[in-house]
Amino acid sequence: MDIPYTVEVRRDTGLTNGKIGIWLFLASEVMLFGALFASYILIRTGAPTWPRGDTMLDVPLATLNTIILISSSVTMVMAWASLMRRRFETFRIYMGGTILLGLGFLVVKYFEYSAHFHEGALPHTNNFLAIYYTLTGLHGLHVLGGMVVNAYFWGPGAKLWKTNPVWFTNRVENAGLFWHFVDLVWIFLFPTLYLL
Amino acid sequence: MSDPGGVVTHPSHVAHEVHHEELGFWRKYVFSTDHKVIGIQYAVTGLLFLLFGFSLMMLMRWNLAYPGAALPWLGAILGDARMPGGTMLPEFYNELGAMHGTIMVFLGVVPLAVGGFGNFVLPLQIGAPDMAFPKINMVSYWCLFLGGITMLASFVIPAGGAAQSGWTSYVPLADIAGTGQTWWLVGMVFLITSSLLGALNFITTTIQLRAKGLTFMRFPFFVWAQFVTAFLLLLAFPPLEGAAVMQLMDRVAGTSFFLPSGLVVSGQALTNAGGGNPLLWQHLFWFLAHPEVYVLILPGMGIVAEIIANNTRKPLWGYRSMVYSLVFLGFMSFIVWAHHMFMTGMGTAMAAFFQTTTMIISIPSVVILTSLIISLWGGSIRFNTPMLFALAFLPMFGIGGLTGLPLGLNITDIPLHDTYYVIAHFHYVVAPGTIFALMAGIYYWYPKATGRRMNETLGKIHFLGSLICMNVVFMPMFIVGLAGVSRRLADGGASYDFAQPVLHWNVWSSWGAWTLALFQLPFIFNFFWSIWKGEKVTENPWQATTIEWSAPSPPPHGNFLGAPAAYRGPYEYSVPGAPKDFWPQYEA
Repeated sequence: MDIPYTVEVRRDTGLTNGKIGIWLFLASEVMLFGALFASYILIRTGAPTWPRGDTMLDVPLATLNTIILISSSVTMVMAWASLMRRRFETFRIYMGGTILLGLGFLVVKYFEYSAHFHEGALPHTNNFLAIYYTLTGLHGLHVLGGMVVNAYFWGPGAKLWKTNPVWFTNRVENAGLFWHFVDLVWIFLFPTLYLL
Repeated sequence: MSDPGGVVTHPSHVAHEVHHEELGFWRKYVFSTDHKVIGIQYAVTGLLFLLFGFSLMMLMRWNLAYPGAALPWLGAILGDARMPGGTMLPEFYNELGAMHGTIMVFLGVVPLAVGGFGNFVLPLQIGAPDMAFPKINMVSYWCLFLGGITMLASFVIPAGGAAQSGWTSYVPLADIAGTGQTWWLVGMVFLITSSLLGALNFITTTIQLRAKGLTFMRFPFFVWAQFVTAFLLLLAFPPLEGAAVMQLMDRVAGTSFFLPSGLVVSGQALTNAGGGNPLLWQHLFWFLAHPEVYVLILPGMGIVAEIIANNTRKPLWGYRSMVYSLVFLGFMSFIVWAHHMFMTGMGTAMAAFFQTTTMIISIPSVVILTSLIISLWGGSIRFNTPMLFALAFLPMFGIGGLTGLPLGLNITDIPLHDTYYVIAHFHYVVAPGTIFALMAGIYYWYPKATGRRMNETLGKIHFLGSLICMNVVFMPMFIVGLAGVSRRLADGGASYDFAQPVLHWNVWSSWGAWTLALFQLPFIFNFFWSIWKGEKVTENPWQATTIEWSAPSPPPHGNFLGAPAAYRGPYEYSVPGAPKDFWPQYEA
């Protein structure tokens, strides 16, 4: 049995099911990160002293990561745009690039984390580091999740392109919306944790 | 008629392709993607957890009625770590208390009300072939299942047993509690994920898979109730997920999100970095848990509205006001949470804000309840079992709601906070309130799910016994609470002089609870017996008007034989000049 409006849009709402679903999911994600940012503000305002981010963390590496993640958003859009222009091979290249950039982000993050560990700057050292590890760790998990989804569409999920290209394009668009959200969270995390 | 749905009819609505789709046992009944099977899985899981959570409470009621007395043979089964010589250890009492609350709310009522009724009834009522995302729906159920298993397993883990810090898991106590608390947090992450996946599925299904002609103002009230509930789950649960992650970090990675500087436990200064804020947990917890209160009650209101309209044979009075109230109530539920925290010394300005919003949110609830009561006026009422439960819901929820007003006002909350008065108040809302509504729903939609009706005599015994026992359990708690007895004492207040004059009421409550359990036996028997022996029915046994009654009973995979459509409002009963006293929404 087929569920209607997975591929074609419903006329009165102008949307497919997947599009509504992903936006609702992102709304809940906003509430999740919103709660953690609110906790950050509350703990910081209640603390007698609070270190400036750049005295504890590696700003150049984080800047590099910001550039990596923004670039990956660009390649993600290009992947989707390639499908819209029915160029599957170009899609594969851009999607592959998005996955590799995501991987690059995680590798840089690994070097950052291991440097902190060697200095003895651990989650229980102080509350600045506690919120730093919690927020960036949760964000890192989201990057990983996005990469798994993207890898699925790059690899086995791409079979759908042959049978139902419109559906496949919609799915890539929805995966892209998630990826841009993950990027956006980092755009907020970077100044909040590293610069302020 | 204009075409407000504006829907392109899709050939795959039609379900004849169903019959050549052969699924094996596992795909059909266990890992099913059919919303009806998932709904029944949710409902049965919810009912079993309700029974389990109730059993925990019956055990606690032993120690409350007869503190320190040895429990004859059950004490021996539970062992020396919990009940040495048959007498209950306070630590075990705390486990039972924390897990009773957690299980009843997150594994009992919500899975039954939202997962069970939402999944089974909502797609049928809007004329959809299934949920919008059937696979996500299946994952949602199995997340709940894993969460439930985690919670149950925490009772038998070697080190220390289940969580003991109350269903609210207040810090710093929960941060330094035994291993069971970590299991609780992991279990909660599963349950939150389950709710999240369910919620986005319900919203998408309601918006996208409505039948042709079914505009929002033609929705049955139950659909509206589930729709608003889904938004509450979607937006209120993630902050608790964030808070659970932070508490998990505190417990596992040794951070100090919720541990203040200079904390001393049992004469030992903690070595944590400190600087955390215990009130932060309370804010994040109640930011979820107040909307959660409406998650518990709104589906119940939806069920009661359906059954009242059907059995008074009249349209609901003030349908539009009820819908607007529902939406307003959903919105307001996000800005009342700190009325649970008047005792934290938040200051008069904040307290004034939150008690004002709390008084405002009582208005839409009263509008809905009043509309339901006025709907009874002038009807020729059919007193069948679902209707009896639905009727009992009205005064029981009324008592629960009105006794909440003193708790919403700062000045009267302070003496009542954390007493048995609070327990009595919210149990009137949830136990004889919501659970009666859920029972009404089970008797009402059982014929749709099985093709047979449940036995009326057994149903009426179940109803009458439950109604009396519920009041014997909870009414005395108002008295005990007004005398000032704290809700958290393992001996029910026996160690305090001031509590002596009211202690005998504890015995009443306990015997009420045990008798209440006996009166569930006719229900349990009826539930299984009617599957095979109940009176057979056709697709519309209650002469109802909404779309689910146009599907066969039980509905096949894909639900409807043709593409359903809606031609009028949901409750066209006793229309003047019509040939029969109901004019179904789905008849052209």
